[in-house]
Amino acid sequence: MSALITRPLALLGATVLAALATVGRVTRFALDAFRHIITPPFYGREFWHALVHVGYLSLPVVGLTAIFTGGALALQIYAGGSRFSAEQVVPQIVALGVVRELGPVMVGLMMAARVTSSIAAEIATMKVTEQIDALVTLSTDPMKYLTAPRVFAGLVTVPVLVAVGDTIGVFGGWFVSTQSLGFNPATYLQNTVDFLEPPDVISSLVKGAAFGVIATLMGCYFGMHSGRGAQGVGRATKSSVVAAAVLILAANFVLTQAFFST
Amino acid sequence: MIELKNVHKAFGAKQILRGVDLSVAKGESCVIIGGSGTGKSVTLKCILGLIRPDQGQIKVAGEDVTATGDRDAFLARFGMLFQGAALFDSLPVWQNVAFRLLRGSLKRPRAEAKEIAIAKLRRVGLGPDVADLFPAELSGGMQKRVGLARAIAADPEIIFFDEPTTGLDPIMAGVINELIREIVVEMGATAVTITHDMSSVRAIADKVAMLHGGKIRWHGPVAEMDAAHDPYLTQFITGSPDGPIETLR
Ligand SMILES: Nc1ncnc2c1ncn2[C@@H]1O[C@H](COP(=O)(O)OP(=O)(O)OP(=O)(O)O)[C@@H](O)[C@H]1O
Ligand SMILES: [Mg+2]
Repeated sequence: MSALITRPLALLGATVLAALATVGRVTRFALDAFRHIITPPFYGREFWHALVHVGYLSLPVVGLTAIFTGGALALQIYAGGSRFSAEQVVPQIVALGVVRELGPVMVGLMMAARVTSSIAAEIATMKVTEQIDALVTLSTDPMKYLTAPRVFAGLVTVPVLVAVGDTIGVFGGWFVSTQSLGFNPATYLQNTVDFLEPPDVISSLVKGAAFGVIATLMGCYFGMHSGRGAQGVGRATKSSVVAAAVLILAANFVLTQAFFST
Repeated sequence: MIELKNVHKAFGAKQILRGVDLSVAKGESCVIIGGSGTGKSVTLKCILGLIRPDQGQIKVAGEDVTATGDRDAFLARFGMLFQGAALFDSLPVWQNVAFRLLRGSLKRPRAEAKEIAIAKLRRVGLGPDVADLFPAELSGGMQKRVGLARAIAADPEIIFFDEPTTGLDPIMAGVINELIREIVVEMGATAVTITHDMSSVRAIADKVAMLHGGKIRWHGPVAEMDAAHDPYLTQFITGSPDGPIETLR
């Protein structure tokens, strides 16, 4: 009888403890990464490589997701608004929705899919083939050489990607609205610009920076802590993407709360 | 130069090292032999501090390995050839070889680093055309030799070779044996080599240590190896399937 009660409790306790330990390890890992970002030596080549990989090469996928999301949003708001004859709010709501929420979140999730997975798989493979050990024996700190450039690249490029995504998302809404919903192109843009406030844009970019750090950090963390063999690489990649996606959505909620709850 | 005292290491419930005692003098070439999976590679990684032993003490030049303050300076004295070569596949061959010369305390101009890399590649029997290839474009034996070139690139005082001749043809194996011997004799480096190849043992070693059952089963000068009356060692040298070492058939 008592085992019936204690066993689930013990299981719950063990799970909570394991989760807390992971949170602790990830936090230490993050602090370590930032310490390496701000202390020399700096690996310029690695940083440049990460900039191209994280930022530049992500532009197509960011553009595509943003334009379709913005377009769909315009259609929904028009359909929803017309129920109480408020169709004319399309430009304002599209701008608000894209800039405050959908832009950063879509970019963040695309980063988890594209960047986190590839970082985790690359670093895990390096770990499994002893390349990380080799780095250490060559007097190079893997945190400095592999993690710091990637996380820093995430911090600086993802806000730019979010800005691009926001712009293209708004354009997607504009395109659908002017082409099939009968809005005047110039008035639509005027309404958008008039409606957006500086905090909307700032929150968007801050979210981008946070999500960029989360996406790159999770890839590095799970790659560095990969198990052995091909199975270890697979598991590290999967866990990194799941962790990045969940953390990005959670961080989004927290940041929205911080910026907009009055 | 290198001293291990009572080193223990277990992975989970699997006890690998059960009290390894080994000392290698400065300028000496020590070869570690022993069955597959007895923990030879793990022993080298413990000395480098890549794996933390559960118990015991490891000293390099009188300094405790686990307690060194400046790890970079400590590791700058070492060169290591990994069993799987462990080349960085995002970098071309010459940048792998010259890795240490392109950053950190030993940094020098790129052109000079490349020149040194090409010279080191030549020493392991690889031409300059290999320098700009990527590791994935090389055969296993070639990768091994690039790993070797990387290990000796910065002329370290202490060099570890984990199976330097496995996967090489007999002639190339002979070239590599000679190279290792040269490095020890000419440069006065201290070398620890792991190998399964008995002809390589005879060519490289001053001293032989056999690892079995998590301990150093036998050690002594290479000249005394054949006359030794240790049934485990004798079985290993002759490669006989019958003897005290279990083969599980
Ligand atoms: N990081 C690790 N995690 C778990 N087990 C490990 C790890 N590294 C080594 N082992 C285990 O330790 C044992 C000894 O491994 P090691 O690589 O030292 O063998 P070895 O003597 O070098 O063998 P070989 O001659 O085949 O290379 C093996 O059973 C291996 O599975
Ligand atoms: Mg081995």
